Amino acid sequence: MAVVFEKTKMLTDVPFHYCPGCTHGIAHRLVAEAVEELGMQDKAIGIAPVGCAVFAYNYFNCDMMEAAHGRAPAVATGIKRVHPDKLVFSYQGDGDLASIGTAEIVHAAARGEKVTTIFINNAIYGMTGGQMAPTSLEGQVTTTSPYGRKREHCGLPIRMSELIATLDGACYVERVSLHDVPNIIKAKNAIKKAMKYQMEGKGFTFIEVLSTCPTNWGKTPVEALKWLKENMIPYYPLGVVKEEV
Amino acid sequence: MAKKLMKGSEAIGEAAIQAGCRFFFGYPITPQNEIPEYMSRRLPQEGGVFLQAESEVAAINMVYGAGGSGARVMTSSSSPGISLKQEGISYIACAEIPCLICNMMRVGPGLGGIQPAQGDYFQATKGGGHGDYHLVVLAPSTVQEAANMVMEGFDIADTYRIPVMLLGDGMIGQIMEPVEFADYKKRELPPKTWAATGWDDKTRERAVINSLYIEPEQMKVVSERLLKRYALIKERETQVELYNTEDADYIIAAYGTTARIAKSAINKARQMGIKVGLIRPKTVWPFPDEAFSKAADTAKAFITIEMSTGQMVEDVRLAVNGKKPVEFFGTLGGFVPSTEDILEQIIKLKEAHE
Repeated sequence: MAVVFEKTKMLTDVPFHYCPGCTHGIAHRLVAEAVEELGMQDKAIGIAPVGCAVFAYNYFNCDMMEAAHGRAPAVATGIKRVHPDKLVFSYQGDGDLASIGTAEIVHAAARGEKVTTIFINNAIYGMTGGQMAPTSLEGQVTTTSPYGRKREHCGLPIRMSELIATLDGACYVERVSLHDVPNIIKAKNAIKKAMKYQMEGKGFTFIEVLSTCPTNWGKTPVEALKWLKENMIPYYPLGVVKEEV
Repeated sequence: MAKKLMKGSEAIGEAAIQAGCRFFFGYPITPQNEIPEYMSRRLPQEGGVFLQAESEVAAINMVYGAGGSGARVMTSSSSPGISLKQEGISYIACAEIPCLICNMMRVGPGLGGIQPAQGDYFQATKGGGHGDYHLVVLAPSTVQEAANMVMEGFDIADTYRIPVMLLGDGMIGQIMEPVEFADYKKRELPPKTWAATGWDDKTRERAVINSLYIEPEQMKVVSERLLKRYALIKERETQVELYNTEDADYIIAAYGTTARIAKSAINKARQMGIKVGLIRPKTVWPFPDEAFSKAADTAKAFITIEMSTGQMVEDVRLAVNGKKPVEFFGTLGGFVPSTEDILEQIIKLKEAHE
């Protein structure tokens, strides 16, 4: 019988621990396929964050490091400076990257570190149980914004892609979404292109991936995809924010 | 190689380079800026990388990445900056990443001042960050010894996969002394097959540099492994200098800058006929307990002298274990004790415990 589909070898056989309907699984697969298709599996070093993807080192079938909360871009910097010929990527959530790790991500981008950051934005802290993230939308109810996020109390969500794109060291910044198949294909292409630019030494590359958290949003997986499309994309517009290579 | 007159901080930098360190990540803070400045000048000449990080927090995590991917790497800072690095040091200790961290202590707490002090002894020797761990902590008292300890420190780090701290103070960093870089004889070191360098060598396991062990059984295994390693380090790497202790009735315990001043005071006291000696821990972790417990059999009394409110004195008391009295004298505010200060303490000690 002809094989029509095979799982990428860049993923191990360890079952994902993610909740049903969570898009981390898709994002993992896209990153893994991109690395494999670039032929970089044996030359890749990935960095897992603190957050839901903390166990990413169990899933990506390449050498991996687990970083302290928010520090993945600094760890990536250390690795890449020692191994300039390797593909170095960090995989970080919104609490990790857009809150506690803002200094590290901004300066890695400013220095033009030749690494790729995959930024999972699901507008909530997943691992710790649904607290407000710097990316939670105005009015969004979370366990630490039970009356909804209020602008006058804690401001509006940070658009990280636009922020990173202002820095000269960042050469490619794109925001993608995982809410339907066409967008998933676009997301994969963006991730692959970012890694390609990295290996060509073009500069810092950053892909923001809009994702769902059905468990902490209190929605079914299908409702969550719809919520992402209707609520997140208007605030976080999709597409290339910057491509200067 | 001929002797060169060098500032302590620069000698530390040069020693690191001669020991094969090619990566340095740091952030400016007084009184140790000469270390990053020296490295920024020298490392590019040697094909290495000096990178000024955005913070101490980032710098130590760059060390995590570089060390975790197999490089001989270091960072340096001074007290407030070392506090910022503690999160990363705890992760490095658990992930078993070798590296060298240099702390040229200044007076504290808080921003404190920029004068030399020894107030970070607790932080350095009892862990420093969260969780159960130790660093190997080397405490030089001369520029030459600082250079030697840097070289040896890298080897200790690689031998045991442990972060090593060079615990100096502003004085050691700032003074100029003749220093000789003897041919560095690297120890025989295990290959870093654990490092995350890209998995092209499939004869080894996939490398995962990690400090997360969510299953209690796994965390226990890691802690037990570290505990065993610490016992081995205590057995093999404890270093202490004994100065005029053979016949000593009175023993001074001091390390680093205070120890060198204590020696001058001891020489004067000996001329006055007081039998006083010095036990100088060169490794403050592991602490040389045996030297103290042995001396406690014959000496009449001890005094610990520190530029702090009294930190190492606790370890001295544990080692002496109640056999003899252990007094304390400390200078505060960033003041360095003078020979006369210490001589006065020796005379007082003698009068109290004759």
